[in-house]
Amino acid sequence: MIQSTRSFKIIGNLFLYLLLIIGAIVMIFPLYTGIVTSFLGPDTISSYPPKLFPVEFRWQNYIDAMNQAPLLRFILNSFIQSGGVMILQLITASLAAFAFAYKPFKGKNLIFILFLSTMMIPWESTIIPNYLFIQKIGWDDTYMGLIAPFIATAFGTFLLRQFFMSIPKDLYDAAKIDGCSDVRFLVNILIPLARPALGTLAVYSFLQTYNQYLWPLLITNNTNMRTVQIGITMLQVFEREQWQVVLAGVVTVMLPTLILFFVANRQLIRGLTAGAIKG
Amino acid sequence: MEKELTLQKNTTKQLWRDVKNWLQAIPFLAPSIIIFAIFVFIPLIRSIVLSLYGTNPIGQMTNFVGFKYYVRFFTSDTFLNSLSVTLKFVLLTVPAVIIAGLILSTLANINIRGNSIFRLLFSLTISISGATAALLFMFLYHPILGQFNYLLSLIGIPPIPWLIDVKWALIAVAIPRIWLGTGFATVLLLAGMQGISEEYYEAAKIDGAGFWQSWRHITFPLITPSLFFLLVVTTLGAFQTFTEVNVLTGGGPVNSTDVIVQEIFRSFYFNGQYGLASAEALILFVIILALTVIQFTVLEKRVNYE
Repeated sequence: MIQSTRSFKIIGNLFLYLLLIIGAIVMIFPLYTGIVTSFLGPDTISSYPPKLFPVEFRWQNYIDAMNQAPLLRFILNSFIQSGGVMILQLITASLAAFAFAYKPFKGKNLIFILFLSTMMIPWESTIIPNYLFIQKIGWDDTYMGLIAPFIATAFGTFLLRQFFMSIPKDLYDAAKIDGCSDVRFLVNILIPLARPALGTLAVYSFLQTYNQYLWPLLITNNTNMRTVQIGITMLQVFEREQWQVVLAGVVTVMLPTLILFFVANRQLIRGLTAGAIKG
Repeated sequence: MEKELTLQKNTTKQLWRDVKNWLQAIPFLAPSIIIFAIFVFIPLIRSIVLSLYGTNPIGQMTNFVGFKYYVRFFTSDTFLNSLSVTLKFVLLTVPAVIIAGLILSTLANINIRGNSIFRLLFSLTISISGATAALLFMFLYHPILGQFNYLLSLIGIPPIPWLIDVKWALIAVAIPRIWLGTGFATVLLLAGMQGISEEYYEAAKIDGAGFWQSWRHITFPLITPSLFFLLVVTTLGAFQTFTEVNVLTGGGPVNSTDVIVQEIFRSFYFNGQYGLASAEALILFVIILALTVIQFTVLEKRVNYE
């Protein structure tokens, strides 16, 4: 009797592992084939049948990809944009969250709703005036133009406010009695305590910005100002016949976000589950 | 008289305190409010104005046209087509993402050795962008070099003209979105499942409930808030789809993948029809707003019932 339950369990577990492996294969397959193909030589890639396993390791494709498009420049541009957005979002969101969490003032609810409403307005419905505005002030093809529209965040403000409100109010009152100014309280006490929440927001906003497509497509025309997502699709347009090079480029630009995924997995997941309203 | 005077004194005092509080709070809020004003609220109003005007090629308003563009949207084949393509895209992606997410999160939630690795692999796509995903699939769809048609040929299915056939193109555009969405869905639903107290499952076990029964009567009901949130977010995202379409098909063949945002993009970026594009963008806004309002009313109900 016991014997049969145990073998039941073993069969059950094997079956479960089978399902898990099938799930993993399905989810990994496009990335896996992309990586495998990015290492194939021109003859290997064009010989039928298409390769499912790594049969060749041709690093030259990566060098070719770097030479045929300024990939490193694209990555630098994206890092400047994403880093800039990230840092400025952390600042604006901390400041606003502090006011919402600690300062009593008339019309707080109204301003709160104002923040909330920015999450309901789809970015596409304001993009035309924004595009015209950025062109008018001559910020197309600049980092300012890439960064400026995204430096305030309702999502980040709510995330930090939530965290600030979990810190006992007594701390603020005590600091006030000791003559600590609001700014000093925020910078020296609150922000060090809120590191987990700030980390979540940082990872989330960096990734969102790095993966942006429509806005950088609109406002960058100069190849040297393109971000990775735009640059890599351009590479595809020009290198249609050299898929191994295109895929080497794709893998290269994905690398920073894949690293971020493994290194900051917990922050990333916390950010996404905290409310990915703007998806 | 004296009473009145104190009252007046109190109101002045109160007013003074309000102003002081305001002056203390506003500097913290100002950076965000200014940015929102410049890049969200003013553009929204300008969008509305723009949608009522004809424009020159650099986007300056020239002549008032009233609701012409809105009328045109609902009478022209191109725009009705973009609306129906978008709806089809929503129907193709949203149910698939939710079902795949439910299956993978259920599997990932089972306590079994090595499952943390599977959790990681199932959620990998949350870090991948729409543009790179589209390029990975563009290769997989390649008629000769790509693996998809080869794998299909192994099980005896004739090659599929993924991106060039009107019948297949929208499906081909939907697949990378489903792939990306499933990673996110798994993360979200798994977080919901892990929030369920172990006690429920233990009680169910004592009552002799099997895996399927406890999933149906414990897991599923308790993750409905996450599921609902996922439904709304995925639907909103699907309505706003652009990247995959722009990279894979550019709206073709024969407008079969011409979703709303692609249509907006073409109207103003290539054709310079800023007014028309604004009207289209505002129609999208109304759709999104309606969906968001539905979300909030239903969410509120849930909160009240708890």
